Amino acid sequence: MLCDNCGQNEAIIHLTHIEDNNFTTKHLCEDCAAVNGLQPGDANVNFPLTDFLAQVGKTPTETPANQPCPFCGLKFEEFKKAGRLGCPHCYTSFEPNLKLLMRRLHGAVQHAGKVYLPPNPTNSQQQERLDGLRRKLSRAVEREDFERAAEIRDMIRQLEGAGQ
Amino acid sequence: MIDYTSLSDFGLGWLEASGPHADIVLSTRVRLARNLQGHAFSGRIREAEREQIFDRVRRACDRTLVKGGITLDLSALAPLSRRVLLERHLISRELAGDGEEGPARGAGLVVGPRDAVGVMINEEDHLRLQVLLSGLRLREAYQTVDRLDEDLGTQIPFAYHQQYGFLTSCPTNAGTGLRASILIHLPGLVLTKEIGRILQGITQVGLTFRGLYGEGSEVVGNFFQISNQTTLGKSEDDLIEHLEKIVGQVIQYETRARRVLIRDAPTVIEDKIWRAYGLLRYARSLSFDEVMNLLSGVRLGVSMNLLSGLRVYTLNKIMIYAQQAHLEQAAGRTLTEAERDAHRAVYVRRILAEEGDVRAESSPEGDEV
Repeated sequence: MLCDNCGQNEAIIHLTHIEDNNFTTKHLCEDCAAVNGLQPGDANVNFPLTDFLAQVGKTPTETPANQPCPFCGLKFEEFKKAGRLGCPHCYTSFEPNLKLLMRRLHGAVQHAGKVYLPPNPTNSQQQERLDGLRRKLSRAVEREDFERAAEIRDMIRQLEGAGQ
Repeated sequence: MIDYTSLSDFGLGWLEASGPHADIVLSTRVRLARNLQGHAFSGRIREAEREQIFDRVRRACDRTLVKGGITLDLSALAPLSRRVLLERHLISRELAGDGEEGPARGAGLVVGPRDAVGVMINEEDHLRLQVLLSGLRLREAYQTVDRLDEDLGTQIPFAYHQQYGFLTSCPTNAGTGLRASILIHLPGLVLTKEIGRILQGITQVGLTFRGLYGEGSEVVGNFFQISNQTTLGKSEDDLIEHLEKIVGQVIQYETRARRVLIRDAPTVIEDKIWRAYGLLRYARSLSFDEVMNLLSGVRLGVSMNLLSGLRVYTLNKIMIYAQQAHLEQAAGRTLTEAERDAHRAVYVRRILAEEGDVRAESSPEGDEV
């Protein structure tokens, strides 16, 4: 789709204006949008990752910004541009920076969801899983979601049975 | 390869308009992002590894609840078929790839035999497990996708970290990897101009909203997607419960707004609804956005029992089949924009004549002549 304003460049900003129940939509290219004081992402206030990333770089951290992940070779600077990590190891390679980011994104840095049980789990993995399920069970009871509680109880029994 | 996208109802079980609040909540979607241990994420992975992952996941799926379903190799699919899948919300823009070229090898889609549940392979994350249901059914959707996750995760080792949970390509998804979203129709709140306040409230309680087609898309036809914003630090059950609670409140506000509208401005509302129906029923050229906005009015009318004889299912169907790729598939060729608008109007007229030929009822004053 071409820009409504100049008719030359590809429209990348779709501005929907609602007034008196009428929807009017303007399709603008980046240049014409900039003239109107709009930037890509303006309409997307819910996705603060890029803002966060810009700030992360300004914070003094332990990881040198140009030290690549030893497993996949991604540099933190590249992640800041693209917003995507290179591999699972990046989470530990860039830990200080990333932890800060995770706190800002999620308001937390500790996983509180499902404890993963991999294929051929070790005893300690099974134990962690059981602990996780028990936490889940007490939350379900707290919420008075007894149907869910019964399901989780079955999962606990199954795992305990398999472990013996 | 058989082109399953030409099957008229492939992957469209969620259109049925069953489930709680199906007139207001179109669909519930829950997805889990997962990655395989020992491979780079999608952005840095080698093509050969992408193909390995595709094969591995496809085989593992045979021992899950999607056994007996259909597996599609998206890189081998015709561009039009990929666009049809995209329009059916079965694949993401990222997985559909760009234009004629399409996605790199290894991009795949598994759809279960009951088609509400599936797996996108080699998307932004190696796996995106998803469930799509009609109406507001968050718990049911999560339980189904959770079962699939359990069955896949015990066969294929997932990337998992004790502190950060399931590791994802973008840290915004790490932890549970769970994104639960509902597609909701809020014309009452838009008409009463309360929508801004409601949406603002949503963002303040850890949820986020988007237009009909996900991230970055605009709001068309008063349809909004509401989903959880964060994925780390809360359990899956808590995320689902929180969203369910807030959506329940939004539905209450919407219902109240509709009551106020019909009480204070019955003629204006009925006029809007009947005009919308009339245009859809008789227009000779319709753009997609116009159809969406008119459908919004008609949907409101059906939901408020002002248009009898028309089903929500018919309206859902029009939303899907009046899209560009679906029209081109039906026509068997590429259509220019003008042709598309004409074909769209023909389709809408035909469906409404077959499934929704609403008779005008007497006006509240009973003064019909």
